[in-house]
Amino acid sequence: MAEPLVALTGVNKFFGDLHVLKEIDLGIDRGEVVVVIGPSGSGKSTLCRAINRLEPIQSGEITIDGRRLPEEGKALAQLRSEVGMVFQSFNLFAHKTVLENVTLGPIKVRGEKPAAARARAMELLDRVGVANQAEKLPAQLSGGQQQRVAIARALAMQPKVMLFDEPTSALDPEMVNEVLDVMTSLAREGMTMVVVTHEMGFARKAANRVVFMADGQIVEQSDPDSFFDNPQSDRAKDFLSKILTH
Amino acid sequence: MHVLVDNAGTFAHGLYVTLQLCLLAGIGALVIGTVLAAMRISPVPPLRWLGTAYVTVVRNTPLTIVFFVAAFALPQIGVGADFLKIPLLEQVFVRLGTDLPFFRLAVVALAVYTAAFVCEALRAGVNAVQPGQAEAGRSLGLTFLQNLRLIVLPQAGQATAVPLGSVIIAMIKNSALAGIFGVAGDLMQTSDDLSSLGQATVPIFIGVSVGYLILTVPLGLLLDHVERRQAVSR
Repeated sequence: MAEPLVALTGVNKFFGDLHVLKEIDLGIDRGEVVVVIGPSGSGKSTLCRAINRLEPIQSGEITIDGRRLPEEGKALAQLRSEVGMVFQSFNLFAHKTVLENVTLGPIKVRGEKPAAARARAMELLDRVGVANQAEKLPAQLSGGQQQRVAIARALAMQPKVMLFDEPTSALDPEMVNEVLDVMTSLAREGMTMVVVTHEMGFARKAANRVVFMADGQIVEQSDPDSFFDNPQSDRAKDFLSKILTH
Repeated sequence: MHVLVDNAGTFAHGLYVTLQLCLLAGIGALVIGTVLAAMRISPVPPLRWLGTAYVTVVRNTPLTIVFFVAAFALPQIGVGADFLKIPLLEQVFVRLGTDLPFFRLAVVALAVYTAAFVCEALRAGVNAVQPGQAEAGRSLGLTFLQNLRLIVLPQAGQATAVPLGSVIIAMIKNSALAGIFGVAGDLMQTSDDLSSLGQATVPIFIGVSVGYLILTVPLGLLLDHVERRQAVSR
Protein backbone atom coordinates (compact mmCIF):
# COMPACT_ATOMS: atom_id res chain seq x y z
CA MET A 1 0.00 0.00 0.00
CA ALA A 2 1.25 3.49 -0.86
CA GLU A 3 2.25 5.67 2.05
CA PRO A 4 -0.45 8.08 3.20
CA LEU A 5 -0.36 11.72 2.05
CA VAL A 6 -0.75 12.95 5.61
CA ALA A 7 0.55 10.82 8.44
CA LEU A 8 0.36 11.53 12.16
CA THR A 9 2.34 9.20 14.42
CA GLY A 10 2.20 9.27 18.21
CA VAL A 11 1.19 12.94 18.28
CA ASN A 12 0.85 14.57 21.71
CA LYS A 13 -0.20 18.14 22.38
CA PHE A 14 -0.64 19.99 25.65
CA PHE A 15 -2.20 23.35 26.49
CA GLY A 16 -0.41 23.91 29.80
CA ASP A 17 -1.43 20.90 31.87
CA LEU A 18 -4.29 20.00 29.58
CA HIS A 19 -3.49 16.99 27.39
CA VAL A 20 -5.50 17.84 24.26
CA LEU A 21 -4.09 15.29 21.81
CA LYS A 22 -3.14 11.88 23.18
CA GLU A 23 -0.94 9.60 21.12
CA ILE A 24 -2.79 10.29 17.87
CA ASP A 25 -2.04 7.96 14.97
CA LEU A 26 -3.82 8.83 11.75
CA GLY A 27 -3.08 8.36 8.07
CA ILE A 28 -4.92 10.10 5.26
CA ASP A 29 -4.56 8.71 1.77
CA ARG A 30 -4.46 10.63 -1.46
CA GLY A 31 -7.96 11.56 -2.56
CA GLU A 32 -9.47 10.50 0.72
CA VAL A 33 -12.08 12.60 2.51
CA VAL A 34 -11.82 12.21 6.26
CA VAL A 35 -14.47 13.82 8.43
CA VAL A 36 -13.52 14.35 12.07
CA ILE A 37 -16.41 14.59 14.49
CA GLY A 38 -16.77 14.58 18.23
CA PRO A 39 -18.00 16.63 21.17
CA SER A 40 -16.56 20.10 21.69
CA GLY A 41 -13.27 20.04 23.56
CA SER A 42 -12.43 16.64 22.09
CA GLY A 43 -9.37 18.03 20.33
CA LYS A 44 -10.66 17.75 16.77
CA SER A 45 -9.95 21.38 15.83
CA THR A 46 -6.51 21.17 17.42
CA LEU A 47 -5.82 18.04 15.38
CA CYS A 48 -6.77 19.86 12.20
CA ARG A 49 -4.61 22.89 13.08
CA ALA A 50 -1.66 20.71 14.03
CA ILE A 51 -1.47 19.34 10.48
CA ASN A 52 -0.10 22.65 9.18
CA ARG A 53 1.51 23.53 12.50
CA LEU A 54 -0.73 26.41 13.43
CA GLU A 55 -0.58 24.47 16.68
CA PRO A 56 2.89 23.14 17.49
CA ILE A 57 2.93 19.66 18.98
CA GLN A 58 5.02 18.48 21.91
CA SER A 59 5.87 15.00 20.68
CA GLY A 60 5.22 12.66 17.80
CA GLU A 61 5.65 13.18 14.08
CA ILE A 62 3.56 14.64 11.30
CA THR A 63 4.55 14.12 7.68
CA ILE A 64 2.95 15.50 4.54
CA ASP A 65 3.74 13.77 1.27
CA GLY A 66 6.60 11.94 2.99
CA ARG A 67 8.20 15.10 4.37
CA ARG A 68 8.38 15.81 8.08
CA LEU A 69 6.71 19.06 9.07
CA PRO A 70 9.54 21.59 9.61
CA GLU A 71 9.66 23.47 12.91
CA GLU A 72 10.03 27.02 11.66
CA GLY A 73 11.04 29.41 8.93
CA LYS A 74 10.94 29.23 5.15
CA ALA A 75 10.69 25.43 4.98
CA LEU A 76 7.54 25.50 7.09
CA ALA A 77 6.08 28.35 5.03
CA GLN A 78 6.79 26.37 1.87
CA LEU A 79 5.07 23.27 3.20
CA ARG A 80 2.09 25.27 4.44
CA SER A 81 1.65 26.66 0.95
CA GLU A 82 0.80 23.13 -0.15
CA VAL A 83 -1.83 22.68 2.54
CA GLY A 84 -5.08 24.64 2.11
CA MET A 85 -6.80 25.82 5.25
CA VAL A 86 -10.38 26.99 5.72
CA PHE A 87 -11.24 28.52 9.09
CA GLN A 88 -14.44 28.67 11.07
CA SER A 89 -14.27 32.48 11.07
CA PHE A 90 -13.28 32.76 7.37
CA ASN A 91 -10.29 35.02 8.12
CA LEU A 92 -10.36 36.72 4.75
CA PHE A 93 -7.84 39.57 4.65
CA ALA A 94 -10.07 42.45 5.70
CA HIS A 95 -8.13 45.17 3.88
CA LYS A 96 -8.01 43.38 0.52
CA THR A 97 -10.71 42.82 -2.08
CA VAL A 98 -12.11 39.38 -2.72
CA LEU A 99 -9.97 39.05 -5.83
CA GLU A 100 -6.82 40.23 -4.02
CA ASN A 101 -7.51 37.69 -1.28
CA VAL A 102 -7.40 34.91 -3.85
CA THR A 103 -4.41 36.19 -5.83
CA LEU A 104 -2.18 37.14 -2.88
CA GLY A 105 -0.82 33.66 -2.24
CA PRO A 106 -0.07 32.74 -5.85
CA ILE A 107 1.65 36.10 -6.48
CA LYS A 108 3.59 36.53 -3.23
CA VAL A 109 4.34 32.92 -2.34
CA ARG A 110 4.54 31.25 -5.73
CA GLY A 111 5.78 34.27 -7.67
CA GLU A 112 3.12 33.89 -10.36
CA LYS A 113 2.47 36.71 -12.82
CA PRO A 114 -0.42 38.89 -11.58
CA ALA A 115 -2.38 38.53 -14.81
CA ALA A 116 -2.21 34.75 -14.73
CA ALA A 117 -3.04 34.65 -11.03
CA ARG A 118 -6.04 36.93 -11.59
CA ALA A 119 -7.34 34.81 -14.44
CA ARG A 120 -7.18 31.65 -12.36
CA ALA A 121 -8.64 33.42 -9.35
CA MET A 122 -11.62 34.52 -11.44
CA GLU A 123 -12.15 30.92 -12.58
CA LEU A 124 -12.10 29.77 -8.97
CA LEU A 125 -14.43 32.55 -7.83
CA ASP A 126 -16.75 31.64 -10.66
CA ARG A 127 -16.65 28.03 -9.60
CA VAL A 128 -17.64 28.84 -6.00
CA GLY A 129 -20.28 31.23 -7.34
CA VAL A 130 -18.99 34.62 -6.18
CA ALA A 131 -17.25 35.92 -9.31
CA ASN A 132 -19.60 38.91 -9.38
CA GLN A 133 -18.30 40.00 -5.94
CA ALA A 134 -14.62 40.04 -6.96
CA GLU A 135 -14.04 43.75 -6.40
CA LYS A 136 -15.81 43.98 -3.04
CA LEU A 137 -14.24 43.91 0.39
CA PRO A 138 -14.89 40.82 2.52
CA ALA A 139 -17.05 42.74 5.01
CA GLN A 140 -19.52 43.51 2.21
CA LEU A 141 -20.23 39.81 1.65
CA SER A 142 -22.49 37.42 3.52
CA GLY A 143 -20.91 34.74 5.71
CA GLY A 144 -21.60 32.02 3.17
CA GLN A 145 -20.06 34.08 0.38
CA GLN A 146 -17.01 34.86 2.52
CA GLN A 147 -16.46 31.21 3.30
CA ARG A 148 -16.71 30.29 -0.38
CA VAL A 149 -14.10 32.95 -1.15
CA ALA A 150 -11.93 31.45 1.59
CA ILE A 151 -12.20 28.07 -0.13
CA ALA A 152 -11.24 29.66 -3.45
CA ARG A 153 -8.28 31.38 -1.75
CA ALA A 154 -7.03 28.05 -0.46
CA LEU A 155 -7.61 26.31 -3.81
CA ALA A 156 -5.64 29.01 -5.64
CA MET A 157 -2.48 27.56 -4.11
CA GLN A 158 -3.29 24.20 -5.74
CA PRO A 159 -2.85 22.42 -2.43
CA LYS A 160 -2.20 18.72 -2.00
CA VAL A 161 -4.65 18.57 0.87
CA MET A 162 -7.40 20.84 2.19
CA LEU A 163 -8.09 21.28 5.89
CA PHE A 164 -11.52 22.53 6.98
CA ASP A 165 -11.82 23.62 10.60
CA GLU A 166 -15.58 23.75 11.31
CA PRO A 167 -16.21 25.68 8.08
CA THR A 168 -19.97 26.06 8.60
CA SER A 169 -20.17 26.60 12.37
CA ALA A 170 -20.17 30.40 12.16
CA LEU A 171 -22.75 30.55 9.37
CA ASP A 172 -26.44 31.36 9.48
CA PRO A 173 -28.39 28.16 8.82
CA GLU A 174 -29.58 29.18 5.37
CA MET A 175 -25.98 29.64 4.21
CA VAL A 176 -24.63 26.30 5.36
CA ASN A 177 -25.65 24.41 2.27
CA GLU A 178 -24.04 26.72 -0.26
CA VAL A 179 -20.69 26.06 1.45
CA LEU A 180 -21.28 22.33 1.87
CA ASP A 181 -22.19 22.08 -1.84
CA VAL A 182 -18.81 23.50 -2.80
CA MET A 183 -17.08 21.11 -0.42
CA THR A 184 -19.04 18.12 -1.72
CA SER A 185 -18.10 18.90 -5.30
CA LEU A 186 -14.46 19.23 -4.25
CA ALA A 187 -14.64 15.83 -2.61
CA ARG A 188 -16.16 14.32 -5.74
CA GLU A 189 -13.27 15.66 -7.81
CA GLY A 190 -10.81 13.73 -5.70
CA MET A 191 -9.37 16.44 -3.43
CA THR A 192 -7.78 15.07 -0.28
CA MET A 193 -9.71 16.62 2.58
CA VAL A 194 -9.73 16.68 6.35
CA VAL A 195 -12.99 18.16 7.57
CA VAL A 196 -13.81 18.96 11.17
CA THR A 197 -17.55 19.50 11.27
CA HIS A 198 -20.85 18.98 12.99
CA GLU A 199 -22.63 18.47 9.67
CA MET A 200 -23.56 14.80 9.82
CA GLY A 201 -25.34 14.99 6.47
CA PHE A 202 -22.09 16.06 4.82
CA ALA A 203 -20.20 13.28 6.61
CA ARG A 204 -22.64 10.66 5.33
CA LYS A 205 -22.68 12.01 1.81
CA ALA A 206 -19.09 13.00 1.12
CA ALA A 207 -16.79 11.23 3.58
CA ASN A 208 -14.78 8.12 2.85
CA ARG A 209 -14.06 7.74 6.51
CA VAL A 210 -15.40 9.16 9.74
CA VAL A 211 -13.01 9.66 12.64
CA PHE A 212 -14.70 10.03 16.01
CA MET A 213 -12.70 11.84 18.68
CA ALA A 214 -13.34 12.30 22.39
CA ASP A 215 -11.07 13.56 25.16
CA GLY A 216 -8.10 14.01 22.85
CA GLN A 217 -8.19 10.47 21.51
CA ILE A 218 -9.46 8.79 18.37
CA VAL A 219 -12.17 6.57 19.80
CA GLU A 220 -13.26 4.89 16.61
CA GLN A 221 -13.12 5.29 12.85
CA SER A 222 -14.89 3.61 9.98
CA ASP A 223 -16.80 4.30 6.78
CA PRO A 224 -19.76 6.65 7.36
CA ASP A 225 -22.52 4.09 6.95
CA SER A 226 -21.07 1.71 9.53
CA PHE A 227 -20.29 4.57 11.88
CA PHE A 228 -23.72 6.18 11.81
CA ASP A 229 -25.76 2.96 11.62
CA ASN A 230 -23.66 0.80 13.86
CA PRO A 231 -21.30 2.71 16.16
CA GLN A 232 -19.08 0.46 18.24
CA SER A 233 -18.03 2.55 21.25
CA ASP A 234 -20.33 3.78 24.02
CA ARG A 235 -18.89 7.23 23.59
CA ALA A 236 -19.91 7.36 19.94
CA LYS A 237 -23.36 5.86 20.62
CA ASP A 238 -23.93 8.48 23.31
CA PHE A 239 -22.73 11.31 21.01
CA LEU A 240 -24.87 10.18 18.08
CA SER A 241 -27.96 9.71 20.24
CA LYS A 242 -27.64 13.32 21.35
CA ILE A 243 -27.33 14.84 17.90
CA LEU A 244 -29.45 12.59 15.72
CA THR A 245 -32.65 12.44 17.73
CA HIS A 246 -34.00 15.76 16.53
CA MET B 1 -7.87 93.00 20.72
CA HIS B 2 -5.96 95.37 18.42
CA VAL B 3 -2.75 93.86 19.74
CA LEU B 4 -3.54 90.82 17.58
CA VAL B 5 -4.14 92.89 14.47
CA ASP B 6 -1.13 95.10 15.04
CA ASN B 7 1.16 92.13 15.56
CA ALA B 8 -0.37 89.78 13.02
CA GLY B 9 2.99 89.43 11.31
CA THR B 10 4.68 88.40 14.54
CA PHE B 11 1.99 85.82 15.22
CA ALA B 12 2.22 84.46 11.71
CA HIS B 13 5.95 84.09 12.07
CA GLY B 14 5.52 82.35 15.43
CA LEU B 15 3.06 79.97 13.85
CA TYR B 16 5.55 79.26 11.09
CA VAL B 17 8.36 78.46 13.52
CA THR B 18 6.10 76.19 15.56
CA LEU B 19 4.97 74.45 12.39
CA GLN B 20 8.58 73.77 11.43
CA LEU B 21 9.41 72.48 14.88
CA CYS B 22 6.39 70.16 14.85
CA LEU B 23 7.04 68.85 11.35
CA LEU B 24 10.63 67.91 12.15
CA ALA B 25 9.85 66.51 15.59
CA GLY B 26 6.86 64.64 14.20
CA ILE B 27 8.93 62.95 11.51
CA GLY B 28 11.61 62.10 14.07
CA ALA B 29 9.04 60.72 16.51
CA LEU B 30 7.42 58.55 13.83
CA VAL B 31 10.75 57.10 12.75
CA ILE B 32 12.06 56.45 16.26
CA GLY B 33 8.64 55.23 17.42
CA THR B 34 8.37 52.75 14.54
CA VAL B 35 11.81 51.33 15.31
CA LEU B 36 10.86 51.06 18.99
CA ALA B 37 7.59 49.31 18.15
CA ALA B 38 9.40 46.85 15.87
CA MET B 39 11.80 46.16 18.72
CA ARG B 40 9.01 45.62 21.22
CA ILE B 41 7.18 43.05 19.05
CA SER B 42 10.32 41.36 17.70
CA PRO B 43 11.04 37.75 18.64
CA VAL B 44 14.52 38.78 19.94
CA PRO B 45 14.37 39.25 23.75
CA PRO B 46 17.22 41.82 24.14
CA LEU B 47 15.57 44.07 21.55
CA ARG B 48 12.26 43.73 23.36
CA TRP B 49 13.88 44.67 26.68
CA LEU B 50 15.61 47.69 25.17
CA GLY B 51 12.39 48.95 23.60
CA THR B 52 10.45 48.40 26.81
CA ALA B 53 13.09 50.18 28.87
CA TYR B 54 13.02 53.20 26.54
CA VAL B 55 9.25 53.49 26.66
CA THR B 56 9.13 53.01 30.43
CA VAL B 57 11.76 55.66 31.15
CA VAL B 58 10.73 58.29 28.60
CA ARG B 59 6.99 57.94 28.94
CA ASN B 60 7.23 58.36 32.70
CA THR B 61 9.47 61.43 32.61
CA PRO B 62 7.75 64.84 32.64
CA LEU B 63 8.28 66.60 29.32
CA THR B 64 9.61 69.64 31.18
CA ILE B 65 12.49 67.54 32.47
CA VAL B 66 13.18 66.14 29.01
CA PHE B 67 13.37 69.71 27.70
CA PHE B 68 15.47 70.74 30.66
CA VAL B 69 18.01 68.02 29.88
CA ALA B 70 17.98 68.86 26.18
CA ALA B 71 18.31 72.62 26.61
CA PHE B 72 20.76 72.80 29.51
CA ALA B 73 22.48 69.47 30.13
CA LEU B 74 23.27 68.54 26.53
CA PRO B 75 25.04 71.83 25.67
CA GLN B 76 27.07 71.44 28.89
CA ILE B 77 28.57 68.24 27.56
CA GLY B 78 29.06 69.79 24.18
CA VAL B 79 26.09 68.27 22.35
CA GLY B 80 24.37 70.67 19.99
CA ALA B 81 22.48 68.06 17.95
CA ASP B 82 24.66 69.01 14.99
CA PHE B 83 23.61 65.81 13.20
CA LEU B 84 20.40 67.68 12.32
CA LYS B 85 22.34 70.10 10.12
CA ILE B 86 21.39 68.05 7.10
CA PRO B 87 22.34 69.98 3.92
CA LEU B 88 19.04 70.06 2.03
CA LEU B 89 16.88 70.10 5.14
CA GLU B 90 18.83 73.12 6.34
CA GLN B 91 17.73 75.08 3.28
CA VAL B 92 14.08 74.49 4.05
CA PHE B 93 14.23 74.72 7.83
CA VAL B 94 16.61 77.63 8.25
CA ARG B 95 16.68 77.36 12.03
CA LEU B 96 18.45 74.01 11.85
CA GLY B 97 21.56 75.74 10.63
CA THR B 98 21.79 78.58 13.18
CA ASP B 99 24.54 78.42 15.73
CA LEU B 100 22.12 78.75 18.60
CA PRO B 101 21.37 75.06 19.03
CA PHE B 102 18.05 75.47 20.88
CA PHE B 103 15.87 74.80 17.87
CA ARG B 104 17.70 71.55 17.10
CA LEU B 105 17.67 70.52 20.74
CA ALA B 106 13.95 71.24 20.98
CA VAL B 107 13.38 69.02 17.93
CA VAL B 108 15.37 66.26 19.62
CA ALA B 109 13.57 66.63 22.96
CA LEU B 110 10.15 66.61 21.36
CA ALA B 111 10.94 63.70 19.04
CA VAL B 112 12.54 61.56 21.74
CA TYR B 113 9.64 62.16 24.09
CA THR B 114 6.85 61.66 21.54
CA ALA B 115 8.49 58.52 20.12
CA ALA B 116 7.58 56.57 23.25
CA PHE B 117 3.89 57.37 22.70
CA VAL B 118 4.10 56.69 18.96
CA CYS B 119 5.57 53.28 19.77
CA GLU B 120 2.69 52.40 22.05
CA ALA B 121 0.06 53.62 19.57
CA LEU B 122 1.62 51.43 16.87
CA ARG B 123 1.82 48.45 19.18
CA ALA B 124 -1.82 48.85 20.15
CA GLY B 125 -2.63 48.78 16.44
CA VAL B 126 -0.73 45.55 15.84
CA ASN B 127 -2.48 43.94 18.82
CA ALA B 128 -5.83 45.03 17.45
CA VAL B 129 -5.41 42.96 14.28
CA GLN B 130 -7.33 39.72 14.73
CA PRO B 131 -4.99 36.75 15.22
CA GLY B 132 -6.94 34.92 12.51
CA GLN B 133 -5.55 37.34 9.90
CA ALA B 134 -1.97 36.35 10.63
CA GLU B 135 -2.99 32.68 10.81
CA ALA B 136 -4.58 32.89 7.38
CA GLY B 137 -1.39 34.48 6.05
CA ARG B 138 0.74 31.76 7.57
CA SER B 139 -1.51 29.04 6.16
CA LEU B 140 -1.02 30.46 2.68
CA GLY B 141 2.73 30.08 3.12
CA LEU B 142 3.68 33.71 3.75
CA THR B 143 6.92 34.12 5.69
CA PHE B 144 6.99 36.04 8.99
CA LEU B 145 8.13 39.27 7.33
CA GLN B 146 5.74 38.95 4.37
CA ASN B 147 2.90 38.38 6.78
CA LEU B 148 3.87 41.44 8.80
CA ARG B 149 4.27 43.63 5.72
CA LEU B 150 1.29 42.47 3.65
CA ILE B 151 -1.31 41.48 6.21
CA VAL B 152 -0.66 42.69 9.76
CA LEU B 153 0.92 46.14 9.42
CA PRO B 154 -1.53 47.56 6.84
CA GLN B 155 -4.40 46.64 9.14
CA ALA B 156 -2.50 47.84 12.21
CA GLY B 157 -2.08 51.11 10.35
CA GLN B 158 -5.85 51.52 10.12
CA ALA B 159 -6.31 50.82 13.82
CA THR B 160 -3.38 53.07 14.66
CA ALA B 161 -4.38 56.20 12.73
CA VAL B 162 -6.68 57.67 15.37
CA PRO B 163 -4.54 57.09 18.51
CA LEU B 164 -1.47 58.14 16.54
CA GLY B 165 -3.22 61.36 15.53
CA SER B 166 -3.95 62.11 19.18
CA VAL B 167 -0.28 61.61 20.00
CA ILE B 168 0.71 64.08 17.28
CA ILE B 169 -1.87 66.63 18.42
CA ALA B 170 -0.52 66.34 21.96
CA MET B 171 2.96 66.84 20.55
CA ILE B 172 1.96 70.05 18.77
CA LYS B 173 0.65 71.47 22.02
CA ASN B 174 3.68 70.17 23.93
CA SER B 175 5.88 72.09 21.53
CA ALA B 176 4.83 75.23 23.42
CA LEU B 177 7.44 74.27 26.00
CA ALA B 178 10.15 74.89 23.42
CA GLY B 179 9.52 78.63 23.61
CA ILE B 180 9.99 78.57 27.37
CA PHE B 181 13.29 76.77 26.92
CA GLY B 182 14.79 79.29 24.58
CA VAL B 183 13.53 78.65 21.06
CA ALA B 184 13.17 82.25 19.97
CA GLY B 185 10.18 83.20 17.85
CA ASP B 186 7.89 80.22 18.19
CA LEU B 187 4.23 80.81 18.92
CA MET B 188 4.53 80.52 22.68
CA GLN B 189 7.62 82.65 22.98
CA THR B 190 6.01 85.29 20.79
CA SER B 191 3.37 85.77 23.46
CA ASP B 192 6.04 86.17 26.14
CA ASP B 193 7.73 88.82 24.07
CA LEU B 194 4.58 90.76 23.47
CA SER B 195 3.36 90.66 27.06
CA SER B 196 6.73 91.75 28.38
CA LEU B 197 6.35 94.79 26.13
CA GLY B 198 3.37 95.68 28.27
CA GLN B 199 0.63 94.59 25.89
CA ALA B 200 -2.67 93.26 27.21
CA THR B 201 -2.06 89.63 28.18
CA VAL B 202 -5.46 88.07 27.62
CA PRO B 203 -5.79 88.89 23.91
CA ILE B 204 -2.25 87.69 23.36
CA PHE B 205 -2.98 84.31 24.86
CA ILE B 206 -6.19 84.09 22.88
CA GLY B 207 -4.11 84.74 19.78
CA VAL B 208 -1.60 82.05 20.73
CA SER B 209 -4.39 79.55 21.43
CA VAL B 210 -5.94 80.28 18.05
CA GLY B 211 -2.51 79.63 16.54
CA TYR B 212 -2.35 76.16 18.06
CA LEU B 213 -5.95 75.50 17.03
CA ILE B 214 -4.99 76.32 13.43
CA LEU B 215 -2.46 73.49 13.64
CA THR B 216 -4.50 70.93 15.57
CA VAL B 217 -8.10 71.30 14.39
CA PRO B 218 -7.43 70.32 10.75
CA LEU B 219 -5.54 67.29 12.04
CA GLY B 220 -8.52 66.34 14.18
CA LEU B 221 -10.87 66.67 11.19
CA LEU B 222 -8.55 64.51 9.12
CA LEU B 223 -8.67 61.85 11.85
CA ASP B 224 -12.47 61.91 11.91
CA HIS B 225 -12.41 61.38 8.17
CA VAL B 226 -10.00 58.43 8.49
CA GLU B 227 -12.20 56.95 11.21
CA ARG B 228 -15.30 57.15 9.01
CA ARG B 229 -13.46 55.42 6.17
CA GLN B 230 -12.37 52.66 8.53
CA ALA B 231 -15.94 52.11 9.62
CA VAL B 232 -16.86 51.37 6.00
CA SER B 233 -14.08 48.86 5.39
CA ARG B 234 -14.90 46.72 8.44
